[in-house]
Amino acid sequence: MRALGELSDALARGEVTASGALGQCLDRIGRLDGAASGRAAPLRAFLRLTVEEARAQAEASDGRRREGKALGPLDGVPVALKDIFCQEGVETTAGSKILAGYLPPYDATVVARLRAAGAVLLGKTNMDEFAMGSSTENSAFGPTRNPWDPQRTPGGSSGGSAAAVAARLCPGALGTDTGGSIRQPAALVGCVGLKPTYGRVSRYGVIAFASSLDQVGPLAQDVRGVALLLSAIAGKDERDQTSSARPVPDYGAEMQKPAAGMTVGVPREYFGGGLDGEVEAAVRAGIAVLEKQGVRTRPISLPNSPHAIATYYIVATAEASSNLARYDGVRYGHRARAGALLELYEKTRAEGFGAEVKRRIMLGTYVLSAGYYDAYYLRAQKVRTLIRDDFARAFGEVDAVVSPTSPHAAFKLGEKLSDPLAMYLNDIYTVPVNLAGLPGLSAPCGFTRGGLPIGMQLIGRPFDESGLLRLARALERETEWHRRLPPLQEDGDARLRL
Amino acid sequence: MPVSDYEPVIGLEVHAQLLTRSKLFCSCATAFGAPPNTQVCPTCLGLPGALPALNRRAVEMAVKAGKALGCKVQRRSIWARKNYFYPDLPKGYQISQYEIPICEGGSVPVPAPDGSIREVGLVRIHLEEDAGKNVHGAAESEVDLNRSGVPLIEIVSKPEIGGAEEASEYLKSLRLVLMYLGVNDGNLEEGSFRCDANVSIRRRGAQKLGTRVELKNINSFRFVRQAIEFEIERQAGVLDGGGQITQETRLFDSEKGETRSMRSKEEANDYRYFPEPDLPPLTLTDAFVEAVEVPRLPHQRAADLLAAGVSAADARTIVNDVRLVELHGAIAAAAGAAHARRAAHLVVGEVSRLRNEKLIDLGAPRFTPDQIAEVFRLQDAGALGSTAAREVLSEVLTTGKPPARIVEEKGLALVSDDAALSAVVSAILARSPGEIEKYKAGKKNLLGFFVGQAMKELKGKGNPSALGALFQKRLDDG
Repeated sequence: MRALGELSDALARGEVTASGALGQCLDRIGRLDGAASGRAAPLRAFLRLTVEEARAQAEASDGRRREGKALGPLDGVPVALKDIFCQEGVETTAGSKILAGYLPPYDATVVARLRAAGAVLLGKTNMDEFAMGSSTENSAFGPTRNPWDPQRTPGGSSGGSAAAVAARLCPGALGTDTGGSIRQPAALVGCVGLKPTYGRVSRYGVIAFASSLDQVGPLAQDVRGVALLLSAIAGKDERDQTSSARPVPDYGAEMQKPAAGMTVGVPREYFGGGLDGEVEAAVRAGIAVLEKQGVRTRPISLPNSPHAIATYYIVATAEASSNLARYDGVRYGHRARAGALLELYEKTRAEGFGAEVKRRIMLGTYVLSAGYYDAYYLRAQKVRTLIRDDFARAFGEVDAVVSPTSPHAAFKLGEKLSDPLAMYLNDIYTVPVNLAGLPGLSAPCGFTRGGLPIGMQLIGRPFDESGLLRLARALERETEWHRRLPPLQEDGDARLRL
Repeated sequence: MPVSDYEPVIGLEVHAQLLTRSKLFCSCATAFGAPPNTQVCPTCLGLPGALPALNRRAVEMAVKAGKALGCKVQRRSIWARKNYFYPDLPKGYQISQYEIPICEGGSVPVPAPDGSIREVGLVRIHLEEDAGKNVHGAAESEVDLNRSGVPLIEIVSKPEIGGAEEASEYLKSLRLVLMYLGVNDGNLEEGSFRCDANVSIRRRGAQKLGTRVELKNINSFRFVRQAIEFEIERQAGVLDGGGQITQETRLFDSEKGETRSMRSKEEANDYRYFPEPDLPPLTLTDAFVEAVEVPRLPHQRAADLLAAGVSAADARTIVNDVRLVELHGAIAAAAGAAHARRAAHLVVGEVSRLRNEKLIDLGAPRFTPDQIAEVFRLQDAGALGSTAAREVLSEVLTTGKPPARIVEEKGLALVSDDAALSAVVSAILARSPGEIEKYKAGKKNLLGFFVGQAMKELKGKGNPSALGALFQKRLDDG
């Protein structure tokens, strides 16, 4: 399976057809992903495939190529969608039982933009319920497995999209990132994942978790794939008033610019206790690679970062408690059998939501309650400002910030399920970026001795996705981490080692 | 202790639907009465993933109301979510404004019985979206979300209203102002102008406010008076009996004319307001606020009319009716300010009569103000008698035909031709020797008799002033 950019080039040169590329994806998905694969431990990256629509889109793309009317670099490229994006007429559940069977009557803006770019929409990928989680284990439809070790999680909440890309089931995917949900799984499966600046990509049609933090972003095997996807989905959308009207650069061109001369800050708070030694070593080695290419580094401090997790779990849960109020059984989704109205609400939500979602709704309801609002929500907003100010100060002297994406490599399925706080600490390095609304990218920077991928996080100034892509590309040019393939040959198919 | 020993203190909250064509956060139509759930989209249905996009017209209208009522228009206000569960609220929250509303302060001018104007202070005006409607059947309830997302302004008065009558006058004045501004249709029955009342009483002379009770479901001016009067007496009775007023929400039962408890303070919703993360703060430039034009308000228009010579009674009738005040203004503009009094007679008289008989619709009139002005001119030029002018006006108002055509079709033009008139004058004089004698003896008012005879002869179409001059000349000369 070619990387996204290479597939794009091959399609442009006529070496492959969109239908052929789609066939390869479907073939691989069939053998590795679902219950029908016959594998003892299928990946379960996809919740559902949209095979017929995808075939029609691929044929239409091939038709455009034949007539010399290709729509751009994504024309004919298969892309997977996290099941949080509304797609007209295609079941969209956000990983929740409460939305089982729900058919949106409209396309999310990013879905419409991918269509307009000619992308072939493969299907919907697994996720933690309503994007709440860091392991994809909170999906109401069962967990996704990490392609590098079927006993481990791919991270989350965009674990399905990340696993699909890492297992080469498809060249690219979209995810969402509220506190690390693109970057952490990208790190845990060894692919590139980008959370753009808040407002860079429209949230219209994206099922909301925490509106002031949610952002859509791409995952791909390499930096170029991420750049091409971002170019297609970024930009102002009149339907999302928090989206930015700033012009969208050609990220594919931007990432090719040399990173030499850039300065990256190394925050001491991101290399402290709780960080796995192997992860730290790999990240520092990655930093050394950047330095060799003329990137300057300097130590910095982001002193309020240690408050980020607490702040995040107030802000995010407060917004979630409100955003998820609409799932009441009245208009769509799951409806419990009930007599009186209150009973309808209570039973519908008790039956429809999973444990983590309920926990966060309760937490969020609590922090917004009369008498507690000032002590929690208001205070959290103030700390959020301090965290934002930390970064603003740092960007006065550095062009980007570098850190580990996750404090450790992929953990075992079930390992943290019973300890929510341990699970929340997965996102200790990624959450501050959402609170500050900044762009963040995770790129592969090494492996543990046990063969698990490690990711490096790059954090940029608002709307400087280009700078992050340049740095990540500089790392990628000098390393081979992104070319390593997960050991999926255990199913005996040597062709999978491409 | 008699009720009169207590002083009622009343504050009113009015929800007024704005007359925008589309909803506050989506482009769905706002028209009333469409089949259920036909004016809906992902946003106003609260579908997963849908987001609000602000309607600029609604903001203009809120600013208009704020400017007209002398509010401080905030250059930066904040959207907030008001969270509660109800089937007619599809998102589980209402997008409203809480900490910083679009308008603060201001007042509503309320005419007092003595004709003076009293200003009732406002706390704020904020923008918010309406909820849908629950339709309760015998076996089950249904929800109609056509109204979901229709823009509202909530206008909150200070607790400065001293009784049921004043509350009613306040509401009438506010309603009229909003209708003048074209931001609300003032329709209480359809619920586009709704009111809740906060009522408390205290002993006369006391400083401290009493415990307030919120009254809901008062959808006519009469019910407002009834509900408040009932509530004042109820509270006085409780206090007289040594009891205490419970802070609660009470529902007005219009059939029984009483209020009854709906929920206590303890049962009240905790709305968990917080800033709406899907919408940036609403920022207004000075240029935007300044560009919003505010027409003259009812009490100002009344003063204008009096100054233009319109009678006090006519002025009152006109300013209390938006259609009439608009029409009067248009006719006066077309005919000239000197005709204000005459235009007032017309709109208060014939126009109102025809409207009451449903012969004309002032919402979609067939006539133009220019046509009315044309009739005035014809009459003033002597081409039309006053009776004929009335007839032409009626015809113009109901049909919108050009006045000249009506005059021609009905043969209403006055005969001003000297030769034709002279013949008639001669004939009348020839058969009235007795009257001529009396006239010459000094009974000059017999001139009217002669003119009347001539008019009879001419079937009302003689130019009366021309006839008068002719008679006078012949009688005085001969």
